[in-house]
Amino acid sequence: MSSTSQDKPRKQVHLAAHFPGVNNTTVWSDPEAGSHIEFSSFAHFARTAERAKFDFLFLAEGLRLREQGGKVYDLDVVGRPDTFTILTALAAVTEHLGLTGTINSTFNEPYEVARQFASLDHLSDGRAAWNVVTSWDAFTGENFRRGGFLPQEERYSRAKEFLTTANELFDSWHGDEIVADAQTGTFLRDAKAGAFVHQGQHFDIQGQFNVPRSPQGRPVIFQAGDSDEGREFAASSADAIFSRYATLKEGQAFYTDVKGRLARYGRTRDQLLILPAATFVLGDTDAEAEEISREVRRQQVSGATAIKHLEFVWNRDLSAYDPEGPLPDIDPDLGEHTIARGRAQVRMYRDPLATAREWRELAAANKWSIRDLVIETGNRQAFVGSPATVAETIDSFVQADASDGFILVPHITPGGLDAFADTVVPLLQERGVYRTEYEGTTLRDHLGLAHPDNVRDERAAS
Amino acid sequence: MSASSSLPVSSPSSPHLHLAVALDGAGWHPAAWREPVARPRELLTAGYWTDLVTEAERGLLDFVTIEDALGLQSSHVTEPDSRTDQVRGRLDAVLIAARVAPLTSHIGLVPTAVVTHTEPFHISKAIATLDYVSTGRAGVRVQVSARAHEAAHFGRRTLPPLRIEDLDSPAVRELTTDLFDEAADYVEAVRRLWDSWEDDAEIRDVATGRFVDRDKLHYTDFEGKHFSVKGPSITPRPPQGQPVVSALAHATVPYRLVARAADIGYVTPHDAGQARAIVEEIRAEQRAAGRADEPLHVFGDLVVFLDDDPAAAAARRERLDALAGYPYTGDARIFTGTPAQLADLLQELAEAGLSGFRLRPAVLGHDLPAVTRGLVPELQRRGVFRQSYEADTLRGLLGLSRPANRYAATA
Repeated sequence: MSSTSQDKPRKQVHLAAHFPGVNNTTVWSDPEAGSHIEFSSFAHFARTAERAKFDFLFLAEGLRLREQGGKVYDLDVVGRPDTFTILTALAAVTEHLGLTGTINSTFNEPYEVARQFASLDHLSDGRAAWNVVTSWDAFTGENFRRGGFLPQEERYSRAKEFLTTANELFDSWHGDEIVADAQTGTFLRDAKAGAFVHQGQHFDIQGQFNVPRSPQGRPVIFQAGDSDEGREFAASSADAIFSRYATLKEGQAFYTDVKGRLARYGRTRDQLLILPAATFVLGDTDAEAEEISREVRRQQVSGATAIKHLEFVWNRDLSAYDPEGPLPDIDPDLGEHTIARGRAQVRMYRDPLATAREWRELAAANKWSIRDLVIETGNRQAFVGSPATVAETIDSFVQADASDGFILVPHITPGGLDAFADTVVPLLQERGVYRTEYEGTTLRDHLGLAHPDNVRDERAAS
Repeated sequence: MSASSSLPVSSPSSPHLHLAVALDGAGWHPAAWREPVARPRELLTAGYWTDLVTEAERGLLDFVTIEDALGLQSSHVTEPDSRTDQVRGRLDAVLIAARVAPLTSHIGLVPTAVVTHTEPFHISKAIATLDYVSTGRAGVRVQVSARAHEAAHFGRRTLPPLRIEDLDSPAVRELTTDLFDEAADYVEAVRRLWDSWEDDAEIRDVATGRFVDRDKLHYTDFEGKHFSVKGPSITPRPPQGQPVVSALAHATVPYRLVARAADIGYVTPHDAGQARAIVEEIRAEQRAAGRADEPLHVFGDLVVFLDDDPAAAAARRERLDALAGYPYTGDARIFTGTPAQLADLLQELAEAGLSGFRLRPAVLGHDLPAVTRGLVPELQRRGVFRQSYEADTLRGLLGLSRPANRYAATA
């Protein structure tokens, strides 16, 4: 008798690549580490991802340089390009790779963002995707016309209305308006092409959108927030989630939770892909990979970095402490978090007193210094092992519904993906769970998502 | 007074003319898309724009500009029309430039950015990034929008409906002065952001664990009437330090913007006398702005119909006007004639103080190659145009040095 797992068709694994970011995952001190800003680095990274037949490249974004203790945080990579501009340039050096940009719904306006995504989609022949993020902080707002205008509790309401409005703009052209008949002199079939009116709590706009319908109709929509509101937003409106749960158990819990929310919105489970961010370390053998993994984690957490990370919890200046010494015996400052700005991470520590107590106990029991503690409690890489081990683990996680695939986050720019492309990808292909050639041309094709035109046609017909 | 005596203020001096072409849709004539050489169904494709810029680069041109607007094209200056017989719909100009950048190697890329409704922080990093992806060939043409219907696309400010016949009324003057003052603030904020990282801010000092020297990152602290920008930029200082800033100007208020903030002003004289007067006015504004010793190019804009037979060019214009249903006119002089006749005119206008020209091909598929394969060889024969690219950056092609960073300690 065949078991349930054998009856179930094997899922195809989706893979994507996150350009190494501005946090301590990225090891800039490695001799192999190249530029984080030159186009050649981005081109190398994108070409590797395309060689490996990945679905897309993913770019994060932060609209103000992070600060700690009132000064620009200088221990991690600092500086990044403009998202739209770099993605569109990458469209020139790739043919199939999806191009996913993180764009903030707080410090932008729908008309401008919609025309940028529609333009990217045209200029890449249908490869654009938008990771919709929100922020509200006045710290970032200081770089923009309106300053910190948005109360925290309204950020999802603005994000939802922003996306709704952008979709109305994308849909304001249907794709058949441009006739361009030189004989009759008819360029446009319809003088009202692009007409829109949106009146809502956050946006009151009207007129004509000026970018005709792009190959994908709308960019693929990603969501990354983890709160209940964020998950609900994803279930209602997103095509894919960039999640943080790359372990088996956490991944399965998240997957079950979010996929379970889809029915409420009349959506099926294959209409929302769950793609956790995943770090990895490869070695010739599992033992060698473990060794490298430990070394990388030490590179990622210098003594100075360890002190700064402790400050996230303590919310105090701890620069007088020795990273090789014991943890501070003073308690965290429970007032408003002021030490680190421009970082979502600090909100993860909801009970700083308990975290501090727990960490002191751990350090005492294991004789850990501050730096040891930060290294040991920090995230281990999601996948550590030989190529065979990593391929098998990725496949098994996907088959076990911990995810639909992974967005890989290498720790070296720009070559950190090369070994994965050369060694793990062929093994996934041998297992029959990963494409050997791109079958379609658009990102929607790669992700198995319907073209939004079809969705609309079905609605019209029903 | 001779033209040259009014120059010393600071025209970048060069025996050569500078040449740019302005790219827009199928060309500047509203019926251009109906010509057999036009590719009207490809205006939204990467291939179309790549072909145009590649052709311009083959002609060794200094740069291309790419038109843009935050609304549909219109035959009216100030409001939408409902025409269906002209090109409507376009792509974001900065992104077109970015898409073409990796496929070209020398030509400058100068997209239009509307400053009235956008964020200086976003545009600053977008143009800085264009400079990275083109390794030093980025510029920007800043444009204000006084159009009420474009303001309604953003819903953030209300502009009164504007009629062309009211342009000289006090209310409209006040509005346009305010919009151009905002544009000058915008350019200042953008320029500060480009300088907000010193060139050697990235240190990668493994011993101390520091990736950047934060003493070399600077708050821009720009505060103006319409916005403030704290900084620093999230994007490091671009390869050129300061990408090239340009603006089109037709009157004193915009001339002032050019004089205060730009590296290139595009102007629209219809003869040498007008050219001389405009250049003098801009130079006076430049002195008033305290920029007398900074290089500032003044380029003449011309719409061009080019054919080897002057009668053919004139006939082509007539035929297109008939197709359009009205004679096409605009801000710039419309030239019809041969490449040699155009070369004569350009040299005459250059004598009046213009250092270069931005040609607006009437039909891109016809008049762009006529520029690169007809006009350029003619100018080369006359010894007034480059035989090969002499620099790798747009600033270099324009004779502009890489500027010192305003925030760097000079000690």
